Amino acid sequence: MKGTDGFPVRIGFVKRGPVRFISHRDLARAFERAFRVAELPLAFTLGFVPRPKVGFGLALSVGHESDAEYLDFELTHDPGVAGIGPLVNQGLPEGMAVTAAVALADRAPSLQESVTTVGYDITVTNEGDDPSVAAIEATIRRALDCPVLEIQRTRKGREITEDVRPALRRVELAEVEPASAVLRCELVTQPRSARPSDLIAALNSVAEPIGVRLSERRVLRTHQWIERGGARLEPLEADPRLAVPEARAS
Amino acid sequence: MAMSSLWPRIEPLLARVEKPARYIGMERGSLRPIHRPGQVAWLLLYPDTYEIGLPNQGLQILYEILNERDDAVAERSYAPWSDLEAEMRRAGVPLFSVDTHRAASDFDVLGFNLSAELVATNLLNCIDLAGCPVRAEDRAPTDPLVIAGGHCTFNPEPYADFVDAFVIGDGEEPVGEITEVVGAWKRGGRAHREAVLHDLATLPGVYVPSMYDVTYDGARIVAVEPRYDDVPERVEKATVADLADWPYPKHQLVPLTEVVHDRLNVEIFRGCTRGCRFCQAGMITRPVRERPADQVRTMVTEGLARTGYDEVALTSLSSADFSGIERLVPDLVNNQEGCGNVALSLPSLRVDAFTVGLAAEIQKVKRTGLTFAPEAGSWRLRQVINKMITEEDLYAAVEGAYSQGWRRVKLYFLSGLPTEADEDTLGIAEMAKNVVKIGRRYTKQASCTASLGGFVPKAHTPFQWFGQNGVDEMRRKVGVLRDATRKTGVQLRWHDPEASYAEGIVSRGDRRVGRAIEHVWRAGGTFQEWSEHFSLGLWLDGMAAAGLDPDFYVTRHRDETEILPWDHVAAGLHRDFLWQDWRSALDEHGLPDCRWTPCYDCGVCTGYAIEHVVASSVTPAGGSQGTDQDLSHGGWTPVALVETRSS
Repeated sequence: MKGTDGFPVRIGFVKRGPVRFISHRDLARAFERAFRVAELPLAFTLGFVPRPKVGFGLALSVGHESDAEYLDFELTHDPGVAGIGPLVNQGLPEGMAVTAAVALADRAPSLQESVTTVGYDITVTNEGDDPSVAAIEATIRRALDCPVLEIQRTRKGREITEDVRPALRRVELAEVEPASAVLRCELVTQPRSARPSDLIAALNSVAEPIGVRLSERRVLRTHQWIERGGARLEPLEADPRLAVPEARAS
Repeated sequence: MAMSSLWPRIEPLLARVEKPARYIGMERGSLRPIHRPGQVAWLLLYPDTYEIGLPNQGLQILYEILNERDDAVAERSYAPWSDLEAEMRRAGVPLFSVDTHRAASDFDVLGFNLSAELVATNLLNCIDLAGCPVRAEDRAPTDPLVIAGGHCTFNPEPYADFVDAFVIGDGEEPVGEITEVVGAWKRGGRAHREAVLHDLATLPGVYVPSMYDVTYDGARIVAVEPRYDDVPERVEKATVADLADWPYPKHQLVPLTEVVHDRLNVEIFRGCTRGCRFCQAGMITRPVRERPADQVRTMVTEGLARTGYDEVALTSLSSADFSGIERLVPDLVNNQEGCGNVALSLPSLRVDAFTVGLAAEIQKVKRTGLTFAPEAGSWRLRQVINKMITEEDLYAAVEGAYSQGWRRVKLYFLSGLPTEADEDTLGIAEMAKNVVKIGRRYTKQASCTASLGGFVPKAHTPFQWFGQNGVDEMRRKVGVLRDATRKTGVQLRWHDPEASYAEGIVSRGDRRVGRAIEHVWRAGGTFQEWSEHFSLGLWLDGMAAAGLDPDFYVTRHRDETEILPWDHVAAGLHRDFLWQDWRSALDEHGLPDCRWTPCYDCGVCTGYAIEHVVASSVTPAGGSQGTDQDLSHGGWTPVALVETRSS
């Protein structure tokens, strides 16, 4: 967000329940309308067709839920950051809610370029011959032990083979229910991102010989991290606006 | 979610279908009504996709009016796209409401909006997905009542086999009366379907087809007679006398996913007396009833604040005709406090320089395209259809548009109008080429799109007796125009002549056509409004299976004495008036607008003892289209264009 004369803000929000079926574009429209209902003093671009200055983070797939979504926008002045969430929430659909808002540093890097790692809880069912918990654990171990994990995926309409192993930072079995299990994982977004469905495909590519076939039932994004200079930061703490007007005045 | 919600069974299906957001509801403005015993539960359905159906104002108005009543509750539903339908049928999930995801069978009334003829098969599909027998005669007292309203019901006969009762005209008042009748029937134990249908048939504006016997002599109808003395011989449409009493929708729905007309819509008047002879909407919605300008201002301001929309449309059949529009528009444009940058749009504009001025007022930036609808390519033919746009008005409008920064002009025409000859069709090309010429004086990027719709005659219009052009003839005319516009800078678009033909079957069909519709549906022909699903073959098979000749319905000219399938339903227009207007059309005589000139007694105001509600009795600013105009040189092309042509 370019600060210049304006007042950039970053908010964190959740997307839970049936509203998870709306797309990234739908989400953008929902926020724009909520901002207008809240009468937030949005800053507009100066172009031929003025647009509100809003910067979205990594798109969440249709159908996935999230406890860790972020959004940057610029206001013309500081309306009191603490009040933004409750105001915007009046206009958001059920299941979407702003959980926190922070004043953002001028010229903070965009969410798209700064988020490096994403955490997911993926609920899976095992439809293979061996329904045991141990079999799922073995699958995860086998996958992580492979130096290369190739899957077929479509990029820009073309079928390609891609190695997703570099994108798998961490995969573990977090919860076990009678009929399902939760995989807690961290997937990196750079240089090339992997999606939860890529992870499941990668696991299944090594699971068949040991009688495991995983199906994705529910995906919850739990975290987004910005890793910078050895530190791992939540987006809300990464680029705060520093309250040191003296420094600027000098 | 309520106990009776189907959501847990629907949710897993949504992960496998396109655009699942259309099935979740949760729109801003929507309700999660609690169903109480004793209430009449309405499921309001639009039998096309959510994107098309959600913005429908009629449905939203009735949704609010019913939910405001203590004795009624209303939810909404739309046709599931074919992918979800397949999943639902596989999983045994019935049609559901989007508000609380309740099964359609939990409702007392399925209330359909029929806005286009080709959705007929979707009507059947929705009834079937609701778990209800598609034919009205097969329904038990426990099945919901199937009621339909909307413009198509002015010829209800093709749907008569499937619909228990039709609402003819404005629905605001009849839905209340229907609720009372159905409520009493429920309280009385819901014994016989015939009893409630008989009671419904006595309500104003309600037509119950099973209360009427139709007799035929061969292909022709001989008589349509009510089966009981207290059932009217002719059902008169319901008409709201004053729009000011009905400021709905008060909470317009804001969908969570993209839909058509995705903006705040405020209806500024209902009805139109311009008298375009092809236009069913203008004929069946008379008289003109304007909303008071102050109420419009309030609805716009409150609506924008509540919805968060950044665009508002002032809707009607001809928005520039609203009394004092030239004052209302600047008021709205300059009064946007708290709303940010709000765009105003005026759909359905007249063709003249004044309306371009209005458009310039509201579109300060982003002047890309403007649309005009001259409808016919020659002055002669425009007199036939009573759309009295002079060449002068059209070119002044186009000049105004390009000179003020617009770069694209779109022209709408109808093909297959009565008396149309190839010189009329070629006139379209001539006109579009002149538009490009005018535009090129201002910008090299100037372009003109000519959009050609196939004319389908409609019930209760002066053209109801006219034999529609067949598929080959319409196709030939498209070819003529395609040749004439090649390499001219004019882009030609046209509607599929086969779809116009199928539409013609239903448009003026009688009760027997229902069998063909059922055949098309049983053969899998849903979403016939969608080119990827439409199949004329299915319709022709359906007609053959029903033993009907499609040309009898589509291309045949009718005469004055023929009993038309919809004659027992009345839009208030005297049959004599329509016939006279049809003769005037053939004589190429126009008819002025009765808002500002003496009444010619079409029958509506006198018959229903209602009047135009117009704030101003003088012709509107900008006038045009035959209002107070010297039309003696209507078809003259401006000299400047004639000169450029020879240069």
